Amino acid sequence: MDLFIAIFTGTVIAATPLIFAALGELVVEKSGVLNLGIEGMMLMGAALAFGAVTAGYPMPVAILAGALAGVAASLLFGVLALTFLTNQYAAGLALAIFGSGVSAFLGRGFGSEPIEALHGINVPVLSDLPLVGPLLFRFDPMVYLALVMFAAISWFLYRTKAGLILRTIGESPQTSHAIGYPVIRIRYMAVLFGGAMAGLAGAYLSVAYTPLWVENMTAGKGWIALALVVFATWRPLRILLGAWLFGGMTILQLQGQALGLEVPSELLSALPYLATIIVLVLISRNRQMLALHFPASLAKPFRPAG
Amino acid sequence: MRVAAPVLASVLTLVVGSVFFASLGHDPLPTLYAFFVEPLNSLNGLSEWLLKASPLILIACGLAAGFRANVWNIGAEGQFTMGAIAASGVGLFWPDPESVLLLPLMFVAGMGAGMAWAAIPAFLRARMNTNEILVTLMMTYIATLFLSYLVHGPWRDPAGFNYPQTALLPTAALFESFDPAYRLNPSIFITVVAVFVMWLFTDRSFLGYKMSVSGAAPLAARYAGFRESAAVWIGLLAGGAAAGIAGMAEAAGPLGQLSSQISPGYGFAAIIVAFIGRLNAFGIVLGGLLMSLLFLGGEGVQMTLGLPSALTRIFQGILLFFLLAADFFIFYRVRLVRPARDTHALETA
Repeated sequence: MDLFIAIFTGTVIAATPLIFAALGELVVEKSGVLNLGIEGMMLMGAALAFGAVTAGYPMPVAILAGALAGVAASLLFGVLALTFLTNQYAAGLALAIFGSGVSAFLGRGFGSEPIEALHGINVPVLSDLPLVGPLLFRFDPMVYLALVMFAAISWFLYRTKAGLILRTIGESPQTSHAIGYPVIRIRYMAVLFGGAMAGLAGAYLSVAYTPLWVENMTAGKGWIALALVVFATWRPLRILLGAWLFGGMTILQLQGQALGLEVPSELLSALPYLATIIVLVLISRNRQMLALHFPASLAKPFRPAG
Repeated sequence: MRVAAPVLASVLTLVVGSVFFASLGHDPLPTLYAFFVEPLNSLNGLSEWLLKASPLILIACGLAAGFRANVWNIGAEGQFTMGAIAASGVGLFWPDPESVLLLPLMFVAGMGAGMAWAAIPAFLRARMNTNEILVTLMMTYIATLFLSYLVHGPWRDPAGFNYPQTALLPTAALFESFDPAYRLNPSIFITVVAVFVMWLFTDRSFLGYKMSVSGAAPLAARYAGFRESAAVWIGLLAGGAAAGIAGMAEAAGPLGQLSSQISPGYGFAAIIVAFIGRLNAFGIVLGGLLMSLLFLGGEGVQMTLGLPSALTRIFQGILLFFLLAADFFIFYRVRLVRPARDTHALETA
């Protein structure tokens, strides 16, 4: 039973950064913009948040700093992709490289000591319940925040007028512009929101999950988040499920190492990447399913005419 | 005008670099001198410059073939790694370690491994409609882990004091440098040939033309009967072959053995080189030389001024940012218009 609790909670925790980053990217892509720079934004968020903790700031401030770092990084991308109409693939890649460099630069003074991780919550009575307590009521606040964000984004995209406008812009910026919606401004807001979410994802890694600073500590999680959005065929609920699937894989890999399975550790470490490829293939084979929720204007620069 | 953007971007990067150095408390001019001039002040510096530019240019040539057709191979780092692994495998385990065939065999092995590693995303994109950006990148992580497994496990040098590295390659498996005092070796001629082949392909061949059309106007290409899957295969295999060869040349050149860290990020930097070079053979040569200087300068100021090596990646990113932004001012005419009811103060025509 303890093993079950460990696997369950481990899965939920490992999935949390993926949920933040992938939900943020979902909103960005739904507005018709493809930001490949999640990895860079996460690293900047991770570095800033960790730096804030080591500088003595309280945890909420540190996490906010991580989110703001993501916003700042995404603004760079936004200016290039939205104002300067550059190729979004190239701008996103530049952001990924730049973010990795800046975070390594900022992080050089952080040392290799872990910090005291973000605490789990303690709800009277509920947290002390047998089984249900450790399974549901002892996570750190960010885990619940991720779920709240999931609910909020699902509601926003599909139950509000603003969400409808955002999705319309992702389908046809020309039409939206003709009707009078400020396409570029709304896309900016989506990009900045995606940056904040990626920053939160990074902050979660460095102040709650590991809680360490290591150069390039995201190890591809930003790219896996991108894959999750495709895997989820641009639907929030599937992002949640996909993130748990990947979180579960990470935990099984760790448990496998702990149990001393007779497999090279590198093979276990490669599992998430292999799994990403496999799920992408399975989803992408079905072109119709992919096309159904695919934002039609994704990654196409838009210039309001006249 | 196409030349203006890279030049402008380089100048702006220098300006930002100066401000950055100044903010770190280093006098900008001497620091810029240490970063960009001092590395080239000696014969050894020039040798190192070309030595590092060579893989960058080689890989960028291969990648550009794909980028022209909108095939986004960003996993050259992994293809490079697999090329280095396969070539070193041949060099280490070929029954006759003194064979003159050793280097040619390693060349074939490196190229083949790079192509094989790129063939997987090519197949998945062409047949299964799978996004090649994500697959090539995931395969890079897998290649790096595979390398780590080999040098920690089966290929570890038994006489290597438990360091995660292989035995040294035999002499016949190494490129002999032009001068024993410097590391530059004849593998640079491979890059020269690659640049020429790239130029022939893009500027003088029908196939290269078809690839460019596929990238610039996919619908027109389809209407003309150019197969998209052909562009995918050629684009990815060209990048894989180039990166694999570069990995082989690195293993048989400056490295001489495998360890868990074999590339300072050549595969990723080459993407930027391809863009700075405007996906054009001769532009890529200049871009590669510039990028190589960034690597050298980064190492230089790390040693002399104690600045972190992460600066190289920061400058790489800034350079690409500026390049992309500069394009806008060159390809569009900016005029300010009075905002109407709406908010677009910056209108483009």
